[in-house]
Amino acid sequence: MAAVESYPDDLRYHEAHDWARIEGGEAVLGITWFAADSLGELVHFEPPAAGSTVTKDEPYGEVESVKAVSDVIAPLTGEVLEVNQKVVDAPETVNEDPYGEGWLVRIRMADATEVDALLDVAAYQSVLASQ
Amino acid sequence: MKLIYERSQAGRRASVIPRPAGLPAPEIPDDLRRAEPPRLPEVPEFELVRHFTELSTRNFGVDTGFYPLGSCTMKYNPRINERLVTLPGFAHLHPHQEEDGAQGALELEWRLQEILKEVTGLDAVSLQPAAGSQGELTGLMLIRAYFADRREGEQRRKVVIPDTAHGTNPASVTMAGYELTDVKTDARGNIDVDDLRAKVDEHTAALMLTNPSTLGLFDENIEEIERIFHGAGALMYYDGANLNAVCGISRPGDMGFDVVHINLHKTFSQPHGGGGPGGGPIAVRKILEPFLPAPAVVRKKDGAFALDHDRPKSIGKVRGFTGPFGVFVRSYAYMRMYGPRLREMSEAAVLNANYVLARLKGAYDLPFDRLCMHEFVLSARNLKRDHGATATDVAKRLMDYGFHPPTIYFPLIVPEALMIEPTETETKETLDAFCDAMLAIAREAADDVEILKSAPHHRPVRRLDEVRAAKNPVVKHAFETAPVA
Repeated sequence: MAAVESYPDDLRYHEAHDWARIEGGEAVLGITWFAADSLGELVHFEPPAAGSTVTKDEPYGEVESVKAVSDVIAPLTGEVLEVNQKVVDAPETVNEDPYGEGWLVRIRMADATEVDALLDVAAYQSVLASQ
Repeated sequence: MKLIYERSQAGRRASVIPRPAGLPAPEIPDDLRRAEPPRLPEVPEFELVRHFTELSTRNFGVDTGFYPLGSCTMKYNPRINERLVTLPGFAHLHPHQEEDGAQGALELEWRLQEILKEVTGLDAVSLQPAAGSQGELTGLMLIRAYFADRREGEQRRKVVIPDTAHGTNPASVTMAGYELTDVKTDARGNIDVDDLRAKVDEHTAALMLTNPSTLGLFDENIEEIERIFHGAGALMYYDGANLNAVCGISRPGDMGFDVVHINLHKTFSQPHGGGGPGGGPIAVRKILEPFLPAPAVVRKKDGAFALDHDRPKSIGKVRGFTGPFGVFVRSYAYMRMYGPRLREMSEAAVLNANYVLARLKGAYDLPFDRLCMHEFVLSARNLKRDHGATATDVAKRLMDYGFHPPTIYFPLIVPEALMIEPTETETKETLDAFCDAMLAIAREAADDVEILKSAPHHRPVRRLDEVRAAKNPVVKHAFETAPVA
């Protein structure tokens, strides 16, 4: 079952419909409900390699539905510590639980000040309102 | 209907394969020889004929109904094309025929090249590429050969593509060994010229542009774009996917483009979409002619037609012989039927699209509200927001009304996109029936969205599980996988 629309207020957002959950010097990244809903049920997630570097505003992976293949944009720069194997095996997890079980990667942040430039939930929702 | 496997009964035969006496056993190594004969469907000839005849009635094509599949130009393909292509002189031609025995065929190819030069406003043509995508790759290879010849090959590594481009454009860039630079679309649906200016420099090899774009909009800044690219020493590639909008009205060569591919199967009535092979000739400016694929079809001083292999700078062959010959016959016939009135084809295509747009734009969102060219892109996001009906639901429901759905979810910059291309060959009655259906569907979404959600209701199959098909594709069907009748 696809999740109902929500945007948790403890997350930071990127206008390319990505979220980051800051946990000390690390961050967990994923795509928002809006992104998952726009794509429809995901059929493939092409993850980055553990140990590789993701760069803020650059693609770090791909998500694919029957409609389209889409780049996933990194909201922050850092080293990939872990890829969510559950999403690799069952990509629809992202549609079912985009902010929980459907996280994509965990990174070690290279520059924690980058977080300041991310959107809070209100700012992200005004991005959505203009879509 | 039953599968051919379900019609099978052991021992039934549609034909008997003769086994002439004294035929030596073929020498097949033991490790390559199969141990058991394959299990194939066993049916008599009339069952076979009925099976495939019934299958053919499940088909939907431009011969059975309206097919407004955006960006595909599904125009009607006149029957006279098929008569001409089966003339013995064309149909029985052997690819290795001597030139003096194939003068008519070579002349047809040469004349087709001359017409395409006129239509594109360029100087030379190669008919070899088999489809638009191969035309793109060939064009980029010409651009690479040109810059290598000028010793700028190492310096110019980037090709610029707008975010509305067909997916084949970035794929061709990668295949040709170039790096991709993306440019944005502005609020009027044109290339964002400021974004462009910041991204074009001495490292840029080329622009790839579809004009009119996949939004069905003619780029209002094309002259400015031309100055930016040629000013930086880069070349311009025209994706001819939407050439049906501008034939005889404006020419890519006059807009400043240096290479163009033409989709004969879209613009010039070669049956496609399961109906036959494509054709993707390219036309180029003089500076690129030396690099065109060889052999070239030429007319010699004495008036005879020949294949010219003496092209030392050519990138080589991109296809067997001179290309898909039957496609050339059909496209040549189509263009000659219009003759100097070819622009009426494009004018009717643009008029039809604007008529349908004018009738539909109150019921569906129109992200870029301008006069369109030969196609336009609506958004079902208003139906999704207000009633929960998506572009997919609209498309599936349209099948119940007897129409092929438009292209959906493309271009990617429009959410819930419905891309509609009526073409020039439809009557006003057909266009009105389609508009009535689209308006009825918008009303159904408001009244009872379940009708859309569970569509189609009146087709041979109901809604297919596309997600399952993508995740678990069954590409081989046999007795073991046939469902029990």
